[in-house]
Amino acid sequence: MENVLLPPLGFAAAWRDAARDLLAREIPPEQVHWQCEGDAPGLELFGASVVSKAADGPEIRLPRALLGLIGDVLCANVPVRFSMAYRIVWRAQRERHLLGDASDPDIAWLQVLSKLVHRDQHKMKAFVRFCEEQGSGARRAFTAWFEPDHFIVEATAPFFARRFGDMDWRIETPRGCAVCTGGALHFGPGIAKPVALADPTEELWRTYYTNIFNPARLKVKAMQSEMPKKYWKNLPEADLIPKLIASAEQRVIAMREAEATQPALRSLRMEPYERPVAIAAEMTPDRESLDTQIAGCTRCPLHCNATQAVRGEGPDRAAIMVVGEQPGDREDLAGRAFVGPAGRELDAAFMAAEVPRGGVYLTNAVKHFKHTVRGKRRLHERPGRSEIETCRWWLGQEVALARPKIIVALGATAAYALTGNGKAVTARQGQVEPSLFGSPVLITGHPAAILRVPDPALAERLRSELAAALRTARQSV
Amino acid sequence: MAQKSILEKLAILSDAAKYDASCASSSAPRRSSADGKGLGSTEGMGICHSYAPDGRCISLLKILMTNFCIFDCAYCINRVSSNVTRARFSVEEIVWLTLEFYRRNYIEGLFLSSGIIRSPDDTMSEMVRAAKVLRLEHGFKGYIHLKTIPDAAQELIDEAGLYADRLSINIELPTDASLASFAPQKDARSIRKAMAGVRLKEEEAADPTLQTKRTKKFAPAGQSTQLIVGADDATDTIILAGSQRLYSGYKLRRVYYSAFSPIPDASNVLPLIKPPLMREHRLYQADWLLRFYGFSVDEIASGSNAGMLDLAIDPKLAWALGQRGQFPVDVNRAEQAMLLRVPGLGAKVVGRILRARRFKRLGFADLLRLGARMKNAKAFLIAADWRPLALSDRDDLRSMFAPPPEQLSLL
Repeated sequence: MENVLLPPLGFAAAWRDAARDLLAREIPPEQVHWQCEGDAPGLELFGASVVSKAADGPEIRLPRALLGLIGDVLCANVPVRFSMAYRIVWRAQRERHLLGDASDPDIAWLQVLSKLVHRDQHKMKAFVRFCEEQGSGARRAFTAWFEPDHFIVEATAPFFARRFGDMDWRIETPRGCAVCTGGALHFGPGIAKPVALADPTEELWRTYYTNIFNPARLKVKAMQSEMPKKYWKNLPEADLIPKLIASAEQRVIAMREAEATQPALRSLRMEPYERPVAIAAEMTPDRESLDTQIAGCTRCPLHCNATQAVRGEGPDRAAIMVVGEQPGDREDLAGRAFVGPAGRELDAAFMAAEVPRGGVYLTNAVKHFKHTVRGKRRLHERPGRSEIETCRWWLGQEVALARPKIIVALGATAAYALTGNGKAVTARQGQVEPSLFGSPVLITGHPAAILRVPDPALAERLRSELAAALRTARQSV
Repeated sequence: MAQKSILEKLAILSDAAKYDASCASSSAPRRSSADGKGLGSTEGMGICHSYAPDGRCISLLKILMTNFCIFDCAYCINRVSSNVTRARFSVEEIVWLTLEFYRRNYIEGLFLSSGIIRSPDDTMSEMVRAAKVLRLEHGFKGYIHLKTIPDAAQELIDEAGLYADRLSINIELPTDASLASFAPQKDARSIRKAMAGVRLKEEEAADPTLQTKRTKKFAPAGQSTQLIVGADDATDTIILAGSQRLYSGYKLRRVYYSAFSPIPDASNVLPLIKPPLMREHRLYQADWLLRFYGFSVDEIASGSNAGMLDLAIDPKLAWALGQRGQFPVDVNRAEQAMLLRVPGLGAKVVGRILRARRFKRLGFADLLRLGARMKNAKAFLIAADWRPLALSDRDDLRSMFAPPPEQLSLL
């Protein structure tokens, strides 16, 4: 039988050294008796000794996840913590997939303990309350008292060191004290509860706690499951709780019984806030008010699901007008026409056809993004006839203002919107047809189609067709 | 009028802030002040420093900069026509309170919202200044959540994203129509536009520059929103469809549902009802099904009653009871997507099942150890030593899960 005695401070490092030594000597877990100084006095008659660092045994390899779990279980307040950790390390040397099987009783128990320790650590991070000391040093100094369930002070203190970098602090507990001075962290033995600490800022904190509570939603159980009563004695706000609970119902009744009051006088004296609202739709002779009207369009239900109406872009008067189908995901977010992937294809076609984009009036047949939601993405959905017809109102006014010599219709939706002819566009590609608004329409494919075809040769053909259409438009004006 | 003390102001301005549900302090990038410069840290996981008797956590100093407001939103205690006492914090007071609370480990950071004074731009720029002073002058590394004021200029929102971890703008009500009727000065379109602006900015910042692989940081904890449940007549299905549009369109991290709760000095256009807390809870559960369990709104709706979720049982169970043909599922063979649909198996448990079943065939006791809620799950799954047999065909399966009917009091 091997007896190992570990110190109360630095037990994790001492355990690791001892375990390494024992593993090197192939001592099975049943033959080791582990003990921590002060854990159970009286058992020390075993005459155990602190194991010194192992000489140079074989390197011990453990999966990172298991290392973390072992580190947790060493802090747990159970007598078997050291022997259990050793048993698991012993098994892990022999069973490769030990950790993978969470239904293994040892691993399940390890997970349970790790969870308990994590929760305790988490509560320490949450419920430590610092009180300022009247120090004289350059750095402000704070002290806190906390009562953890497990041996977590050494493992948790670095968190506070990372957090409170510009102040000195100490956290005193019955299971060890952590002191941080000038950025250096030290540990000392646990102490009995000191005289109650106090801090004038607590009054503000208690005021905040009282007022952030909503009496209409009393859920005492939910509070207690996360902040059990055992923590209350060290929380400056906790003694407010019984009174808040007791008065909650009365406060709600009072709210309900109070009649709706007269509006405050102040509000009657004040100029009411007016957000810029859209003017009622009417034929308008100027671009600016047309754009404002489009932005406020609610003529069809599409506006409820889209972010914004995407208006046309380009000079007030333009010889060439290009009409697409509808804004896509990007266009809807940015509020500009042809800025997404299809827009890049169109830009490339403009380049190839030597048509400057800035000189063209670019717009869409439908001004809002129609889509369906699939999981986390918004998928384009083709606008229906009624939506196209409703939106034609705007298209007509854009044509009337820009007075283009030729309009290029990209795809079926634009072709239908401009000509009123819904026949398939494949047969009409490259044709010039009369539009409903006077200017002739040159029909071609939509740049988004280029993105959809899997065959690169076909994509190339569509690209050149699009560029050719734009070139024809340029030459015709 | 006498100057109010900071204590009085805190009482008024935290009381006014309690109707914002969000208190998340998670998913900020790792920051630390271990080098002695400044104060604070964020390590990914949020910390709840206290809990109020309403069961809500207190993680951030949640205050309004001011509760003066020029808007007249019927559901809000701070609307211009309300008779509530008004107060206003200066930027310096907000900064001082945040730092002093933080030093004493009361909070993870600041959640600053505000009523709208003078103009949306004026208000927003003051809020941005508070965040900027905390970050730049005091080296504050804790969490900052800024509420975006509707109609504020895009440049101000861009600046806010440099200092804040999270930005949020409340959509307030489930439909555009109810927003228009309860909050005449707000406009759903301009709220969506602000969300779109934040999303584009986030993506722009995430693009690595040509020179370095480092990306810039813009509101690294993303954006969230909140809506009030139970003030209008929108059904749960309408609410969830709206949330899904927000998640997919603007990549929101969270949509918070806030059961409409009575406020002091209420407007007479709204009912002073008991807040529908259970409905709120079921909506959150359904929201999780949308985001982490691969459910669609239509599927969730199939388990609902005319668009309203079943209050007695959770939405996954309600769906499964209507889809008996797809069950029982063999836990040792089924795919992840199907396991996620079994009532009583959460996303974490499903992950454990997938790992553990590589080594052995799982039985009933194994599933219990893995954390499955077998009370709900047992009728819907097959394990090595478990078959539900007649259980899954019982007519009264629902009654096994729903709470027993209660005898109404005769008095």
